Amino acid sequence: MTPTGSAIAIAGAVRRGERSAREVVDEHLAAVEAREDEIHAFNLVLADEARAAADEIDRRVAAGEDPGPLAGVPIALKDNLCTRGVPTTCSSKILEGWRPPYDATVVQRVAAAGAIAVGKTNLDEFAMGSSTENSAFGPTRNPHDTSRVPGGSSGGSAAAVAAGFAPLALGSDTGGSIRQPAALCGVVGVKPTYGAVSRYGLIAFASSLDQIGPFAHDVADAALLLEVIGGHDAMDSTSIPQPAPSLSAVLDDGVDGLRVGVVRELLEGVDADVAASVQRAAEALAAAGAKVEEVSVPATIYGLSAYYLIAPAECSSNLARYDGVRYGLRVDADDITEMYTATRAAGFGPEVKRRIMLGTYALSAGYYDAYYGKAQRVRTLIINDFAAAYERFDALLSPTSPTTAFAFGAKADNPLAMYLSDVCTIPSNLAGHPAMTVPFGAGDDGLPIGVQVMADALGEPVMFRVAKALEEAVK
Amino acid sequence: MSELVHADEWETVVGLEVHCELKTESKLFCGCRNAFGDEPNTNVCPVCLGLPGSLPVLNRHVVELAMRVGRALHCRVERSIFHRKNYFYPDMPKDYQISQYDEPIDVEGHLELPDGYRVGIVRAHIEEDTGKTAHIGGSGGRIHGADHSLVDYNRAGVPLLEIVSEPDIRTADQAKAYVSELRAILVATGASDGKMEEGSLRVDANVSVRPSHRATFGTRCEIKNLNSLRSLARAIEYEARRQIELLEAGESIVQETRHWNESEGRTSSMRSKEEAFDYRYFPEPDLVPVAPDEAWQATVAASLPVLPAERRARLADAAGVAPAEVALLVELDLDQLVLDSVALGADPRVSINRAQNEVAADIGNAGRLTPSSFAALVAMETAGKITATQAKQVLAAMLGGEGDDPAAIVAARGFEAMDESTLAASVDEVIAANPDQWQRFVGGDQKVTGFFVGQVMKRTQGKADGKAVTRLLQERARR
Repeated sequence: MTPTGSAIAIAGAVRRGERSAREVVDEHLAAVEAREDEIHAFNLVLADEARAAADEIDRRVAAGEDPGPLAGVPIALKDNLCTRGVPTTCSSKILEGWRPPYDATVVQRVAAAGAIAVGKTNLDEFAMGSSTENSAFGPTRNPHDTSRVPGGSSGGSAAAVAAGFAPLALGSDTGGSIRQPAALCGVVGVKPTYGAVSRYGLIAFASSLDQIGPFAHDVADAALLLEVIGGHDAMDSTSIPQPAPSLSAVLDDGVDGLRVGVVRELLEGVDADVAASVQRAAEALAAAGAKVEEVSVPATIYGLSAYYLIAPAECSSNLARYDGVRYGLRVDADDITEMYTATRAAGFGPEVKRRIMLGTYALSAGYYDAYYGKAQRVRTLIINDFAAAYERFDALLSPTSPTTAFAFGAKADNPLAMYLSDVCTIPSNLAGHPAMTVPFGAGDDGLPIGVQVMADALGEPVMFRVAKALEEAVK
Repeated sequence: MSELVHADEWETVVGLEVHCELKTESKLFCGCRNAFGDEPNTNVCPVCLGLPGSLPVLNRHVVELAMRVGRALHCRVERSIFHRKNYFYPDMPKDYQISQYDEPIDVEGHLELPDGYRVGIVRAHIEEDTGKTAHIGGSGGRIHGADHSLVDYNRAGVPLLEIVSEPDIRTADQAKAYVSELRAILVATGASDGKMEEGSLRVDANVSVRPSHRATFGTRCEIKNLNSLRSLARAIEYEARRQIELLEAGESIVQETRHWNESEGRTSSMRSKEEAFDYRYFPEPDLVPVAPDEAWQATVAASLPVLPAERRARLADAAGVAPAEVALLVELDLDQLVLDSVALGADPRVSINRAQNEVAADIGNAGRLTPSSFAALVAMETAGKITATQAKQVLAAMLGGEGDDPAAIVAARGFEAMDESTLAASVDEVIAANPDQWQRFVGGDQKVTGFFVGQVMKRTQGKADGKAVTRLLQERARR
């Protein structure tokens, strides 16, 4: 029932003419058909479009053309990535009816590589949340246990891969929104170096933290997808002006002689089964030849506090444009101010409103220095502490999430408890460094646990080598 | 408003903020056309419409123009960053404006007025323009109370340079001179087309008054909606009087933003300091710092044209007059013609007069004059070969396309200076024909001089030299 085959295997077979893209797509759409009602990974399934795109791939293969490294591979797109002519909602009522007139750069790049978009995946509204419970269109369920959340905010993308709806997915990660749901759904999730992947067409939550990245079943597929979406884009001023690094070529280089630090601060307060997995991961790396030691990165403990000033501040500005004037929801009222108020009151959910208010406050005259300014100084501290660690280590290791997938409603009424889900992932966003999660064992509840591998800016090659070694150790 | 009793005991203090639309092909952060007057909402894209997911990319040419203006205003060009200025208004697609804030590109310069007075420049910074709204129905063209509003986003994202002066300006005339000079610099540097009527230059004035000789400034009001030099001067004069009257009545000035109503000739309160928006500025995370390297700065500096102040100084120096006297010539772009003509030996004063009167009157055809033809014309006049009146006619003919040889035109028209005896005879005939006026002239009434000169001109069909006529009249009166 569940489709099999990695993205690399599918693309290889399609390019060689051994499998048709149409057959691959039909197989995955059948899986969606079978289980989507239960999982709700998608806000929109693009069945007809996917079949048409598959037929086009098959036509090109028949004509002797090479459709690219992801030929015929189904991919799920987080519904905050703009898709030309296709509703893009951010799981918010405020974008009701809006169809972007353009494709995000990553959407163009995966299409140009032959991948086939099968749907737009559910998320916490505007990527604000860690459980996908904040979606205006209802939550996504964890394929491993449908009484549990898939994590968030990219819960739909993580669940789509875990459920076999697509071997690949794209998500966005502002404070852990790729890595945490990937960990909770037992798949690989990568947040690249800030600027390594163009943000053009990613609907912004917090611009200085947002980064698009891959979900996949395995490290090699994630590497391939990152190679496809990475590299400079003139449409994004913060895009790093160099080509995407080669990752697939170094995956099997091993970790012999690499220095890996286990971050002490990020083990504090996590569940025992999660800490035990990280311990076993460290041992596995040591067994593979890495030099593994514990390391302190002290400022990471301030990450959460700094994040919850910077991200809301940027979000309060980024989300101002949803005002009912130009697109999306408009609730008519007697004058412009009332129209703004009525539209935004009706269009945004409680968590989005909470963050807009937090951010507006943090940026207000007289409070800027105490809140936003100070948070930026903490950010600098975190960067400095990481820099010190990377003088001694090639990569760092930590839990991805302090817990395995939790039950629906468990944290929904307690924003702070929910925010703590991202305590291990946030520091990499603040530093702009790459980080990824690889499945490594299971918790006491039998649910997946992810181990996080972090590296210095542009350290994706070494990060992927470590992740690949962990994956090998689990097999 | 009543005449002020103590107006001379007060000093007006003005600082100006000039918004200049930069003359670029494309907008500040996208490739859309930067053009005035196109069909509404045709020069738009996801970026300048602020659509979800879009990102700004800085137009390199804007930075270059800002650097050129900065150099022309003697500013330091610094590493600069962009901020977001947050407020809600339907003409602003993102509900924030991307603008430079506390780290602008140009800082600490000055602008020298034609009379030599120096106005300090605090800064010049880059920002994006908003769209334009039209409010339909309701009253007063305001958004509140309107039935509906229309927005044109063609202007959204057009690059602006905001140039902020020190509060060094003391009179309405000085304010006008400052804006004129700034406009000339902006045009000379290629930064602007200088069209105030199309909104290419928009001026806000910060006006305060203080007792003369007091060192500290009074409370200021910011006056908006100044769309012409005339509005600027009228608004400053009105506002200064308003403030002086309040102070003389024992009241105080409230710091606020005021709107200039051109038809009513008065300012009215828009919003007080307390009502001022909290713009929640923070660094724009979608852009990176602008840090032009030495090489780029040097290239820009080397490409600067000769600026108006230098052009005035150069001509004034060559002509032996004050720079202010040649300001109009520079403004009309006639300074090079006069400079070359003087270099060819033409009389500076006569060259200046002919250029800024007769040539200026037909400026569209000034290209028909060469320095040598213009110098030849001036030389004929100063040598007394033709009269001033004839010189003007010949010049008009040259501008009118009758060739560039003034001697040929003089010959063709039969212009030649009259000999002294013929002229004297005409003068005597006119005196004889107007005995009453002559008695008044002899009695010392200078006002009839013009009458006699006019009569002689008429009798000689304009060939007489007015100065010679006056001299002959005076000689005869003394007899």
